[in-house]
Amino acid sequence: MGRGMAEPGWVFRAAGLTKIYRMGEVEVQALRGIDLELRRGELVVLLGPSGSGKSTLLNILGGLDTPTAGEVSYLERNLSTASETELTLFRRDHVGFVFQFYNLIPSLTARENVAAVTEIAKAPMKPEEALAMVGLGSRLDHFPAQLSGGEQQRVAIARAIAKNPAVLLCDEPTGALDSTTGIIVLEALEKVNRELGTLTVLITHNAGIADMADRVIRLSDGRIVEERHNTVKRVAHELSW
Amino acid sequence: MTALDLKLLRDLWHMRGQVLAIAAVIAGGVATLVMSLSTYDSLLTTRDLFYSEYRFAQVFTTLKRAPESVAQRLKEIPGVERLETRVVAVVKLEVAGFNDPVTGMLSSLPDVGMPLLNTLHLKRGRWLTPYSGDEIIVSDTFADAHGLHPGDRIHAVIHGKRKALTLVGVALSPEYVYQIAPGAMFPDFKRYGVLWMGRHALAAAYDMDGAFNNVALTLTPGTDEQAVIRRLDTLLAPYGGVGAHGRKDQFSNRFLSEELKQLQTTATVFPSIFMGVAAFLLNVVVTRLIATQREQIAILKAFGYHHAAIGWHFVKLVMAIALLGVAAGTALGMWFGNGLAGVYMELYRFPYLEYVLEPPVIFIALAVTSAAALSGTLLAVGRAIRLPPAEGMRPETPVAYRATLLERLGLQRLCSQPTRMILRHIERRPLKSLLTVFGIACAGGLMMVGNYQRGAIDFMVDVQFKHAAREDLAVTFLEPTSGRALHELAQLPGVRHVEGFRDVAANLRFGHYHYRSAIYGIQPEGVLHRSLDSELRPVAVPAGGVVLTDHLANNILHVQPGDLLTVEVLEGRRQVLQVPVLGLTRQFLGVSAYMRQDTLNELLREGDVVSGAYLSHDPGVEQDLYDRLHGRPRVLGMVAHAAAIKSFYATLGEFVLFFNMVATALAATIAFGVVYNSARIALSERGRELASLRVLGFTHGEIAYILLGELGALTLAAIPVGFAVGAGLCGILVVVFASDLYRLPLVLEPYNFALGATVVAASAMVSGWLVWRQLGRLDLVGVLKTRE
Repeated sequence: MGRGMAEPGWVFRAAGLTKIYRMGEVEVQALRGIDLELRRGELVVLLGPSGSGKSTLLNILGGLDTPTAGEVSYLERNLSTASETELTLFRRDHVGFVFQFYNLIPSLTARENVAAVTEIAKAPMKPEEALAMVGLGSRLDHFPAQLSGGEQQRVAIARAIAKNPAVLLCDEPTGALDSTTGIIVLEALEKVNRELGTLTVLITHNAGIADMADRVIRLSDGRIVEERHNTVKRVAHELSW
Repeated sequence: MTALDLKLLRDLWHMRGQVLAIAAVIAGGVATLVMSLSTYDSLLTTRDLFYSEYRFAQVFTTLKRAPESVAQRLKEIPGVERLETRVVAVVKLEVAGFNDPVTGMLSSLPDVGMPLLNTLHLKRGRWLTPYSGDEIIVSDTFADAHGLHPGDRIHAVIHGKRKALTLVGVALSPEYVYQIAPGAMFPDFKRYGVLWMGRHALAAAYDMDGAFNNVALTLTPGTDEQAVIRRLDTLLAPYGGVGAHGRKDQFSNRFLSEELKQLQTTATVFPSIFMGVAAFLLNVVVTRLIATQREQIAILKAFGYHHAAIGWHFVKLVMAIALLGVAAGTALGMWFGNGLAGVYMELYRFPYLEYVLEPPVIFIALAVTSAAALSGTLLAVGRAIRLPPAEGMRPETPVAYRATLLERLGLQRLCSQPTRMILRHIERRPLKSLLTVFGIACAGGLMMVGNYQRGAIDFMVDVQFKHAAREDLAVTFLEPTSGRALHELAQLPGVRHVEGFRDVAANLRFGHYHYRSAIYGIQPEGVLHRSLDSELRPVAVPAGGVVLTDHLANNILHVQPGDLLTVEVLEGRRQVLQVPVLGLTRQFLGVSAYMRQDTLNELLREGDVVSGAYLSHDPGVEQDLYDRLHGRPRVLGMVAHAAAIKSFYATLGEFVLFFNMVATALAATIAFGVVYNSARIALSERGRELASLRVLGFTHGEIAYILLGELGALTLAAIPVGFAVGAGLCGILVVVFASDLYRLPLVLEPYNFALGATVVAASAMVSGWLVWRQLGRLDLVGVLKTRE
């Protein structure tokens, strides 16, 4: 309670977060009581095998989904009780998403895909600026189908950061890419995190990526099973897998 | 332009095939609406304009003969604005090179100057020379039918005297917009003509010097028409007046009004059905189309777009398609409307056509289309929006498939794996499958609505001319004649059978319902002219009463067998009789009141008197028979049925054919649009699944079988349902189209069903082929790379 008096040290805070999916007659418990704090400027890697609950946690943090029980807050805002409209505004103003399969709009060019977000953001950067930041300043007018997988993912990152979000949530951003291309994408994320100070949460089941994080959180079966701080943080281009 | 609007334009372009197919469905519905309503509005406007511009009279009456001095007394009737007396003669005409009997209606025109009322629109040639002796103007239908031009000569037998006449002009008259010989069922421009001649010359030939036998007048505004008619009847009774009537009962106007009423029904019912079906289909198609955009909706949501913004985006997408459809439909409808009005102009002679498209017609089209499109869009968008975005971006979780009924019955051995996929897919989403079946069925049903009239008309004509009125020739006498005249007719070479009839103009009245028509006295055991019972079997007319056409009794006079009908005879002694209704007769064409001839003779207190005779004759004797009949002064006119039927198909039939052609074309468009969309959407819903199967080694043909097999199964199921839908829609049309001119029977011929089924099947095949081609372009690598 007393923490609300001043700017808290954390951006996200979750307590007892539980999520149960009902799939037909089967109940799937995706999260089983997660307690977590994420801080400004951090680069956090969520590790875990598939089905461990990483994506569910990320989706709840990003306001794409709501918990079945427990509480999650973004700064002063309680996301677990927020309405649909409040969540929409929250996503619009504060969250940038990067998905495993890029989810670009196929009928829009790279520049236009970014513009689709900047047009509704409060204080966005220029689409060209965001694309330049991920090294795509020369591919502005290409359609997704004319870009390689790595380039598409970098457009997705540009699209996510162009609104100057407080948090960048990336779900397996390199999952569909080979390692060389994956590293280029990670460099882009690293650069954003460093230059803009955006809290970046990155999901992967690839332990090799964990070395670039400030903090690594390992999930298994819906629970946090390990949390460690990297004393030595490696730069992306040194990584390999 | 915002990024989303760009996306919209590119999406539209990308799915242009579907866009066009959906727009075609809308256009089909809208075109029917615009065509029907604009034709109706145009004809109505044109009629009113023509009537007022050419001073169409409001009250008409005919009489035997009155001296011109009586006219002054008629003019003094309060409420009469303008009044004009005329001489009108029914004459036999001879046109060189045409040997069939031709009847003419010869009306007088003032010897100097223009008529006060019912003036003519001169199409070709010139007006009559003052006091000319042999000049005539003829109606354009007659002139066109015979290729007559100013300067040509024809002959008329007026009052038994043959007279040569010179044609100087060709004209149209508001009095004869619809030209049909008295007693005939259909217009026959070759065998019936309207002619105008100078008053002086006609009166001299017709023994009407200083006299008149016809009056037309207009009323000052606010006058009670019935009061004037009563005064007129009283004043003219001593001169053999036949009872005056208003415009409502004026021959041409009555037919025209009936036809316009019919057209109005067509213009309301047809488009309602077409628009209704199109709207339903649009709704189904749009709902499914938006459902395939589920992923994009989820992405937009993840970006933080508001529901309203996402909804608006898809509303714009769908409305763009809807507007394209409405615009195309309006243009098409105007084009067809012009064509249809043109066909009507052949039947109804107006000097010009005032083509009118009332803006509300387009608003109606727009409103119905928008409502259908928007409800479908919002339903689907709403459904997609309710999903949390995280879930929306995932592919739909596999729905619980289960073994189909067939498999549960242990018959799976009969089905290959792909066939089982088809059956399970259909069974998994029964509602969607049902909607698809019903949508295709509606399209097939529309096809039947579009072309059922043809068979119904054939049946109607068949009943009328092969069962009820079986005579080859109907002969009318100049005036009621002794029954002995029939013997003379029977003696003519080639005549097989002769049946006399007595008909008398009468006003039929029951309670406050009344109908101006005639009583037909026919032979009780007649073999030529017979009345039919409800099963269309001939029945004898019983003695001592009247038998009415079912439509006349049930829907016009509201009288039942056993009731007493008041018959106000409009000729001769003008008796008012109370006659029991003895039964009803089934009749599809026209309405009539039948009696036995002897009963009618008795009621009119006359002996064995006939007005004319029905004749049957040997084949091949027509020409000789016509010549002999023509030579008899007592014979006024002849109607040959074979010719009547032929001319019917040539005129009214042309309209029906045109309408059917257009309706069928539009129904086919709708059918194709629906089937193609079903196929196309199925492809986008299942593209990934099918591509995955290709990757696993299925051939192009095998995956096509899975997708198109389902379409085929649903189409096959839809065809019989379509038959039921079509029969139901036709049944509705039959009920709403009933009028005293004709009632269409609900007769569906095998070809109605065949055409419906064929168009649906052909649409399915073409759609299948188009989709087959697209299956060849499935992106297999893309499937491997992306999720699922």
